[in-house]
Parts: sequence; structure tokens; C-alpha cells
Amino acid sequence: MLLSDTRYRSYTFQFIALLCLIAAVAFLARNLMNNLEAAGLNISYSFLNSASGYDINQRPIAYDSQSTHLRAAIVGILNTLIVAVLACVTATFLGVAAGVLRLSNNWIVARLMAIYVEAFRNIPVLIWILIIFSILTMSLPAPNAFRGDDATSSMLFRAFAFTNRGIYTPLPIMGPGGWLVAGVFVASLIGIWLFRKWATKKLFDEGRMIATFWPSVALFFIPALIAFFVLGMPITLDYPALKGFNFQGGLQIRGSLIALWLALSVYTGAFIAENVRAGIQAVSVGQSEAAASLGLRPRRIMNLVVLPQALRVIIPPLVSQYLNITKNSSLAIAVGYMDITGTLGGITLNQTGRAIECVLLLMAFYLVISLSISTVMNLYNNAIKLRER
Amino acid sequence: MKKTVFLGALTISGLLAGAAAAATLDDVKARGKLNCGVTTGLTGFSEPDASGRWEGLDAAVCRAVAAAVLSDADAVEFVPLTAKTRFTSLASGEIDMMARVTTWTLSRDTDLKFDFVGINYYDGQGFIVPKALGVTSAKDLDGATVCIQTGTTTELNLADFFRANNISYEPVPVETDDEAAQQYLAGACDTYTTDASGLAATRAGFPTPADHVVLPEIISKEPLGPLVRHGDNDWADIVRWSLNALIAAEEYGVTQANVEDKAASSGTNPEVNRLLGTEGELGAMMGLDKDWAKRAIAASGNYGEIFERNLGVNTPIGLARGLNAQWTNGGLLYSPPFR
Repeated sequence: MLLSDTRYRSYTFQFIALLCLIAAVAFLARNLMNNLEAAGLNISYSFLNSASGYDINQRPIAYDSQSTHLRAAIVGILNTLIVAVLACVTATFLGVAAGVLRLSNNWIVARLMAIYVEAFRNIPVLIWILIIFSILTMSLPAPNAFRGDDATSSMLFRAFAFTNRGIYTPLPIMGPGGWLVAGVFVASLIGIWLFRKWATKKLFDEGRMIATFWPSVALFFIPALIAFFVLGMPITLDYPALKGFNFQGGLQIRGSLIALWLALSVYTGAFIAENVRAGIQAVSVGQSEAAASLGLRPRRIMNLVVLPQALRVIIPPLVSQYLNITKNSSLAIAVGYMDITGTLGGITLNQTGRAIECVLLLMAFYLVISLSISTVMNLYNNAIKLRER
Repeated sequence: MKKTVFLGALTISGLLAGAAAAATLDDVKARGKLNCGVTTGLTGFSEPDASGRWEGLDAAVCRAVAAAVLSDADAVEFVPLTAKTRFTSLASGEIDMMARVTTWTLSRDTDLKFDFVGINYYDGQGFIVPKALGVTSAKDLDGATVCIQTGTTTELNLADFFRANNISYEPVPVETDDEAAQQYLAGACDTYTTDASGLAATRAGFPTPADHVVLPEIISKEPLGPLVRHGDNDWADIVRWSLNALIAAEEYGVTQANVEDKAASSGTNPEVNRLLGTEGELGAMMGLDKDWAKRAIAASGNYGEIFERNLGVNTPIGLARGLNAQWTNGGLLYSPPFR
């Protein structure tokens, strides 16, 4: 009997399930189309090419109220990516540090990290965003406090201003040859990396230990500084200065970005800390003991023996934490940070009334971003995972 | 990927499912309740009072319609809506009408498929600044940080105003009126902009209202009015004429106190007689009985009484009638004749 053939049976049921799924999807799509038609609405993306009419405060690319809705959406996408990348980097550093320190033999350090993890991951991230934003707004002075002879606040080093509208810092301005200096700096970073790789190879091949710290420091500073002075100091700093209602010039890091960035970092950092701790504890104690008996110091044991093995446990959950950061960044609207949800899914949706079109675009965007992050991290995971021989 | 997209579409199609329903009047009668969209809380327009009863100019319009249609001014289900959710809510049929300080614009009337039935408040966008700032005109706001409620027409007016005057500004988008007040009072923005009536209402809630001043410039026209879905003209007529009844009642001196007397027998003014059903069959033309307008007026009084109770000079908001006076007093309120 065919029915008693497990292979045939499972294929049949899978095929039936697939048909049901297709039918359900088709029904929903038809229902949507019918209802839209009944309501006299039609799906159209032509609004993307008309002028948006609204302004956005944080603009990574040129944009004004005469730009199109599409450009507003791109500004939003870039703002989402900015906060997501910043938060992923800080959350990783914070998480790795907290995860490692939580296993410290020092009782106080270990307990402090336990408190950090429990406090931050058990309070919703939206609350953290609002708390940090409120603290920034309420505790920092308004730009007005920097004004006049008897100002109640003053700038740090005459270069940094901490206000409740954000932090103003000097901005490097590239003169002619400025990019050359930047290029030299990037080249020396690559040089440091190659040098360290070479030193490791020497150690493995010949057992010869080469000091890497001071040469790295020298490589970091000297070529770039030489290029800077030889080219006649082409990079200058634009300092913020109080002019009119606000500080002008320099770089403004808005309170909304800081609040979102910090909140996402500390919140997700607490989860990453637990992943890291789990990863480290997954490496059997015998390994560390064996390394210790060879005479390795604790730091080297961590870097050379434990972490490389722990990483393959840490990476997969780390991917989902990165995805969480990206998706949680859509809470930006709570503090008025203009991410993609704020521009395309907020103002554009409101002003055009094209809810379905905007929401579909939003879903497509988050899906593409999330899948890209997964893909990249999976590639990395494949590169570092244990190779069975 | 496809699956996720369509699951989203499912949600939306679910929201839109009710849109095809034809006769709103029959639905409301069958339900025995009027679903009326209002703000999430704006003093003077629609806000629950201490006992949870919705009060305000917009809330009174909802009550008048409920009274006209259902003979019960309290048969209203108030649905609080944010600026963002309001249009989806009306389009999907979740609410029967909306009276939510919504500006009548061409694109909302046509592209979004709504019908504005009239104007119950003539407003305009203004700016509020602390007196200490020393600013006397909105044109002095070059470089200022401006708090603005996102998802409103004010956002577009703001961009237009600054572009037209060739000055710059930094927008700080906020979600609600309360949030804006908080940011403004902390000095995180130099000025807050919204409809002038809203500024007056917000200022009334400040610890020291006298330290803040509303700038003289009104940078836009904001005719606020109730709206219904496009396509059900009978229902639009009922909401339109319920509002007109309130306005006409003030013009002809029909008040909450004397409406019963005047409706008891026909008086000397034929217009009042037709309005209150002692003469003619105006109610039947709309599918209502002859006492519809009497009940609408009895619900919370005529337009003038509603205004004075919720927004007038004796309330904390303290707005003068201004543009919202009757045409006979130099205002813009002008109800078409009842005949």
C-alpha cells in the first residue's frame, strides 16, 4: 500500500499543507483587493515621487521639504542604520565585557555585573529609552544657559557643549589633501593588522615572540601625523559656537539619538552578556585548567583558549540580538528620532494616507535588513566554527 | 518573505472589511450607539472630565448627532484616536463619524475619500514662546528649535512658513500635546507650534501661564470640522445638518433652556418653527422624525452655549469668539437656511 509508505505519506501531507497555505494566501490577497476596491482605494506608489512637504532634523544626506517622499524614506533608512550600527557595536563591547566580568573571581565585580544584567534586561527597552531621554532633557542645561557673561554653564575644553538638545562636538573639516591623511591613517590600521598577523605566524612557526604593543602604537600615530604635517595641516576642526537660539557649527549629536543609542546598547548588552557567559561556560573547565598548567596567564587563557571556542556558541544568539536592536530601533518615534518608521511609516503615511503601501514598504525594508544581517553573521559563523576533521 | 507581507495585508484587510457597509444610519440605529472618533484628550475639544464623561466642543457635536438619530444624547461610544490612527479608523468603519480637531483639506476630502460636513471651529496655527526669550514675531525665529506634533497639517505649514520667509529651523517631532509641553517647558525647544486654540489650552495647563506668550502670526488656515466616510451621502447630510442646527439655534436664540418651550408650539419665527419641527417636514427628508433638531439642541445647548462652556473667556482656556462668532456678529459661522 502506498499509504503505509512513510516517504509517500509525508510528501502527500506536505503537498496538501502547501496547497492550503497557497489557498489561504490567495484568499487574503483577493479579500484585500476586493475591499480596497469597494472602499474606492487603489494601491499606488506614485506618492513616493511627490514633494514630501515636511522637514527632518537629522539629515545624513541633503534633504529639504521640497524633496520627495522617497528621499524622506531614504533619510529614514539611513537614520535607522546609523542608530542600529552604533548600538550593535556598543552593545557588543558592553555585553562581552559584562559577560566576562560576571565570571570574575572578584566577588564585587561579579555581583555588580549580575545586577547590571538583571536590572537592564528585565525592564522594557521603551522604558529605558524614555528614562534616558527624560534625564537628558531635564538634567542638562538649555543652550540659553551658556549665554552671557554670567552664564550658568560653560563648554568643556571650549569644544564640547552638553545641552538638553544634544551634545555638540567639533567636526573635522577636510581641506585639500585631507582625505590623503585619512587614507594614510586607514593604511596604517591595515598595517597594524598585517603586522600582528605576521607576529602570530612567527610565534606559531618559529616559537619566537615578537613584542607587538609599541610597534602598533607607533604605526597608529606616526604615519598619519607625518602626513598631516607634511601636507600642511589640511584637516581643521569646526568648533560649535552659540549663535542665535542654538549652537551652530560643529557636529550635533541629538538627544533623541543618544537616548535611543544608549538605551538599545545597555538593554541588548545585558542579553549579550548572558550569551557570552553561556558561551564561556560551555567550554569545559578542563581546558582552562590545562592551559593554566602550561603556565598561561588568565588573560591569555581567555583570549587564546576559551574565547575562540566560546565564540561558536555565542555567535548564533548574537545574531538574533543584532536583529533585535535593528527592529527595536523602530521605537525611535517615542523620542522623535526620525528613523524609517518615523518618516515613511509616520509622517509620510499620515500626510498621504497611503497606509497599506507604506506599511508594505516598511515590512519589506525591515525584512531585507534583517535577512542581510543574518546572512553576514552566518557567513562569519561558518568561518569561525569548529572544523571537524 | 511573501508570507510575512501577506500576514500584514491580512491585518489591513481585516481593518478595511467593514468599509463596504452601505447605510451608516441603519448600522447606528441597529447598534443603538454612535461610534464617534475624538482626540485622546485635548482640553476644550474632547477630554474626559473627573467623572470620565467626555466634554468639549467636539464631544458636543457627537452628542448632538446621537440625540438627533438615537433620541439619546448619551448613546455615544467615544473612540479616542491619535493623529496617526484617526483616518484608518474612520475609513475602516470602526467609527461612524469623527469630530477630532481635524483640518478640512482638499486631499483629505478627495484622495483619502472622506466628506467634511462643516466647520465647528475656525483655527489657525500659531507659536508659543517664553516671554524671557524676547521674541515678538515668528519671523524672528531664525535658527530656533521648534517642537511640533507629528502627523498633522501643522508640520507641513511649518515647513512652508520657514521656507517662504527664507529662515531656518530645527524640528523636534513629538507624539502628543503633553510630550510637547514637557519638552517646551524643559527648554529642549524654543517654541511649540500647533493650532492657536491648542496653544491656549496647553498654556492654561502650565505652572505659570503668564510667562509664555502666543506670537501674533497665524501662519495657516485650520478649519476644523467633523467628517464622515465618502459615499454615504444620507449619513453625511444628517451629521452636517445636526451641526448646522446647533449653529442656527444660536443665531435664532434657541437655547438649551428654552428649546422645549419653543418646540411645544409654533412661534413667530418661521425658521425656528421649521428647525424645531413645528412647521414643515424637514426631519422626514433626512429619514429622521420632526423633533430631531430639538433633541440635538437640548443635548448640550446651542453652539454659543457649548463654546462658552468649553472654550470661552470664563474657562481656563479663555478664548474669545473671534472668527467663531455668528456672521451677524462679525464671525464666520453661517448656517444655510432651514427650509
